[in-house]
Parts: sequence; structure tokens; C-alpha cells
Amino acid sequence: MAKPTTEKGKSAVMKPEPEYPLTTMAVVAPIVGWLIPGGGHILLKRYGRGILLLISVVAMFLIGLGMQGRIYQPNGGDILDILGFVGDVGAGALYFLARIMDWGNVMAANAAADYGKTFLIVAGLLNYIAAADAHHIALGKKP
Amino acid sequence: MTLNLSHFTAAVVFAVFASIVFGITQRNSTMEQVKYGLCCFALFVGGVFVAGWVMALIRR
Repeated sequence: MAKPTTEKGKSAVMKPEPEYPLTTMAVVAPIVGWLIPGGGHILLKRYGRGILLLISVVAMFLIGLGMQGRIYQPNGGDILDILGFVGDVGAGALYFLARIMDWGNVMAANAAADYGKTFLIVAGLLNYIAAADAHHIALGKKP
Repeated sequence: MTLNLSHFTAAVVFAVFASIVFGITQRNSTMEQVKYGLCCFALFVGGVFVAGWVMALIRR
């Protein structure tokens, strides 16, 4: 089959316009949502969802700290430590606040502390999901 | 402040908050979100019981 050489032919093989164009809000909302859990949704006027996300992520993070969970620090060592850091940093401002205040700078000494560490990581991972959801709402993929 | 939650309590608290986030982010309408959140919660807690019984049977 011959390759199209005309302008019309070129347009036929070009990628179609994206169905959901990237807007400023689609970039800003997930960043705000990452820094402040639920902030992306609140910015997009989804107040109920935003407040529920805020309560859920902050509560999980605080419960994790209360259970003497460990906050991972950036490092290039053990792969599990790196993954733990990636999970923790998902909590955004909460992570940085915990680092500044030197919270969670403990080693897991019992089972509860291990659960606390898991709570902290999962709070961050859930916040990543919430930020991605804010991105989808801003794009118009989701009501 | 130190929290001393039992394994089961920690699992239920975890299930509550994770289910809320899953419900909100994975479904579109409010009713679908509530249903999906409840479904996730039931699966989390049900999974705790199943895993508990499996471990108890293995231990015997």
C-alpha cells in the first residue's frame, strides 16, 4: 500500500486530537491534591469528596505516627527502604511536616510499630490515588 | 501520644479509611461510591477473618 503523500493523506495518519485536552487545572489540581490531601478535589469544588479524602489520609497518617510507625528518609540503599520512602512521600505536606518535626524517627520495636509504618505508607499511596482522581476530574473524564 | 491498637482494630480502622478513598476515587456517582466503599470494607474485613482462620488452621 502506497504511503499517503498529500496533505489530506498526512492528516489521515496523524494522531487525533486528545479527547481530554490538558488544562492548567489538570496540572495544578493533582499537585495541590498531593501536597494537601483532598486539596485537589476542594480546588475543583468537590467539597464533600475533598473533606472525606482529607480526613481519611490525615487520620491514617496520624494513627501511623501514634503507633510509633517509622518515617522513611530518602536513601539509595535497600530497595524496600526506597519503596517505603516513595509511599511515605505521597502524603505530601504531612511527610515534610513529620520530617521537620522529627516525628517517626524510630525503629520498629514491636508489631504495633510495624502496623504504624504500614499505615504511614498506605496513607501516602492513597493520597497518590486521590491526586490522580483530581487530575481525571479536572480533565473532565470524571464528574 | 502512643496508640496501642490490637491487630483486629488496626485492620478495621485501615479498612474504613482505605474503603472511603477507594469508593470516592474508583466510582462516579454518589450511590456507586457508597456501594463500592461498603463492598471494599466488607472484603477487607472478610479477608481478615479468612486469613485469620487459614493461619489458625496452619498452626494446628
